[in-house]
Amino acid sequence: MMKPITIHSGIAAPLLFANINTDTIIPSREMKRVSKTGFADGLFANMRYLNMERKADPAFILNQPAYRGASVLLTGDNFGCGSSREHAVWALYGFGFKVIVAESFGSIFFDNCITNGVLPVRLSHDTINQFARYVSADPQNRPLAIDLEARTVVAGALTCEFEIPDTARDLLMKGHAPIDVTLERIDAINHHMGEDKKRRPWLYAMADGG
Amino acid sequence: MSEQTKHTPRTAYEKMRALHEVARFDDGTSLIYIDRIILHERTGSIALTNMIEEARPVLCPDMVFATIDHIVDTRPGRPSLSRMPGGEVFIDAMRTTTSQLGLRLFDVDDPRQGIVHVMAPEQGIALPGLTIVCPDSHTCTLGGLGALAWGIGSTDCEHALATRTLRVANHRQMRIWVEGSMPPWLSAKDIIIHLIERYSTSGAKGYVIEFDGPAIRQMEIEQRLTLCNMAVEFGAFSAFVSPDAKTLDYVRGRPFAPRPRHQDAAQSHWLALTSDTGALFDREIHLDIAQLSPRITWGTSPQQAIPIDGHIPAPSSDANLSAARSDQRALDYMGLKSGESLLGKKIDAAFIGSCTNSRLSDLRRAADILRSRRIADHVTAICVPGSTQVKQAAEAEGLHLIFQQAGFEWQEAGCAMCFFAGGHSFGAQARVISSTNRNFEGRQGPGTRTHIASPETVALSALNGCISDLRSLMPQHDDRRVS
Repeated sequence: MMKPITIHSGIAAPLLFANINTDTIIPSREMKRVSKTGFADGLFANMRYLNMERKADPAFILNQPAYRGASVLLTGDNFGCGSSREHAVWALYGFGFKVIVAESFGSIFFDNCITNGVLPVRLSHDTINQFARYVSADPQNRPLAIDLEARTVVAGALTCEFEIPDTARDLLMKGHAPIDVTLERIDAINHHMGEDKKRRPWLYAMADGG
Repeated sequence: MSEQTKHTPRTAYEKMRALHEVARFDDGTSLIYIDRIILHERTGSIALTNMIEEARPVLCPDMVFATIDHIVDTRPGRPSLSRMPGGEVFIDAMRTTTSQLGLRLFDVDDPRQGIVHVMAPEQGIALPGLTIVCPDSHTCTLGGLGALAWGIGSTDCEHALATRTLRVANHRQMRIWVEGSMPPWLSAKDIIIHLIERYSTSGAKGYVIEFDGPAIRQMEIEQRLTLCNMAVEFGAFSAFVSPDAKTLDYVRGRPFAPRPRHQDAAQSHWLALTSDTGALFDREIHLDIAQLSPRITWGTSPQQAIPIDGHIPAPSSDANLSAARSDQRALDYMGLKSGESLLGKKIDAAFIGSCTNSRLSDLRRAADILRSRRIADHVTAICVPGSTQVKQAAEAEGLHLIFQQAGFEWQEAGCAMCFFAGGHSFGAQARVISSTNRNFEGRQGPGTRTHIASPETVALSALNGCISDLRSLMPQHDDRRVS
């Protein structure tokens, strides 16, 4: 079950590249399990390790002691574009990220965040850079605080608001599994199906088509 | 409903949403009825395993279609089950879970097996006006038939399986009007790469795209599938081409298409799913393709593309630091410099395949270029038909012999080397010209450098051993290079 998220405060790591795709977040070769957990070691594998033996690259931000324990990622435009692999969210979540702040998100990645209780926050390029400059001076002591109810991000004296659709916000704040929320409407779904069978009988008359 | 709203012209997207809307939430999100779900072993196995673990029933097993494409071994004769080390677990899980839940599976040895987005149109699973989802980002391909189809994650797939619905935001709408006659060197692949290059990979973010215009109406269905395939690289939720006579001809008689007694009703329903005259779009783009040059990517994002005879641009200005850093990183990764031309650049490998360009017409066009010729000695070349049906049809007309005689390896159907899943790759620093859709860092293997282009450009470049311009084959080309 998803953990509800209302307020989160944590160490923020800036990874200010545009178009970080889900192959970069977790390469396909790291997706070895038929499950939703156990992918944290594969997170950013191509940037994080120097070789196949997984020697940590000291230049990569998440390998630096200053960012140990980071739970907020600050990044660029179009984060999570590319493949629909939900492993990208599972790897980020498994590593400890609870909030991703980006200029924009890949559409499927955004939805995958919501279903997994990870908060995607959209902010402008300038605001993200401001936050990045602020936190990087002393990451361990300059956390970023995100309030989903108030829709604000706060760091030191900097405060800004963000937008998120109400439906997504409610799911995150309640921590409900979306399937269970939808199943409360099963009567409406069955009614729609009944009407649809009259409207499009051809869709239902070929179940054994092959 | 007032008289005025009754007569408000509607877009095809609005009509499809209205037909599938089960409920609407205050923020404009709707609960949308899902007509068909397609699954592959890489992500579908996780969704199905979780359904079983949580003891959730599949609401309508009849509308689910599963196959095995992503990590199946595609080497000739399929010497092993999976090309991915340890990948058998995904294929085994797919077999076990589909059997337990009573779902159709087009298994590895089934004549209907193939890449989900190649198999679904072939089998009549993808039809106009249907809402179709698959835990795979290139599901938007099926918009080429007028379906509203989009990629989702595994958990949302469980939602669709258990409830036959998904929450879908009310997307902004973009119409891309394409006109001008298609030059002989151009294909749908070049058009979509050009759009991404011009408007960026976030250019269509938050939008659903409707492609229309005389050039789209002239375009055959398989080209429309290619065009819609890369809508996800354009940032779009999805893309589609409204059905017309070509669409009806294509779907008629396919195994999961309407039976003859329903044919007329279905066709009338489909043809009504076009945008009304005067319907409003949030954004309109006009494109004239008459003079468009073939396209190729130079970097590690599909927007990092140029005309084949163009020069690699300088990294973005400092105005956007993150973009500039990304450009420089891409140049370093690709072993290229800004200002450089790609024409004549030596390649190590050529790949024809993937859900973008592995259909029969793609293979025919590539074979036309390869016929009676040999690829350069230093090039490794592979052709992977998109489905077992494509492979058999291609072999029936002898295309495999043309590829093989040219020096291509002719493989079994699947996704193959469109992405690296461990195991065999083209190698670090290998320069590959590929008919696929993603040139991401490491996509085809650690350090592998991918240039995306049309299958025709891949074929010609394989022959020459270097990146080549199709117009060199066309002496009548008048050399007007407008864009």
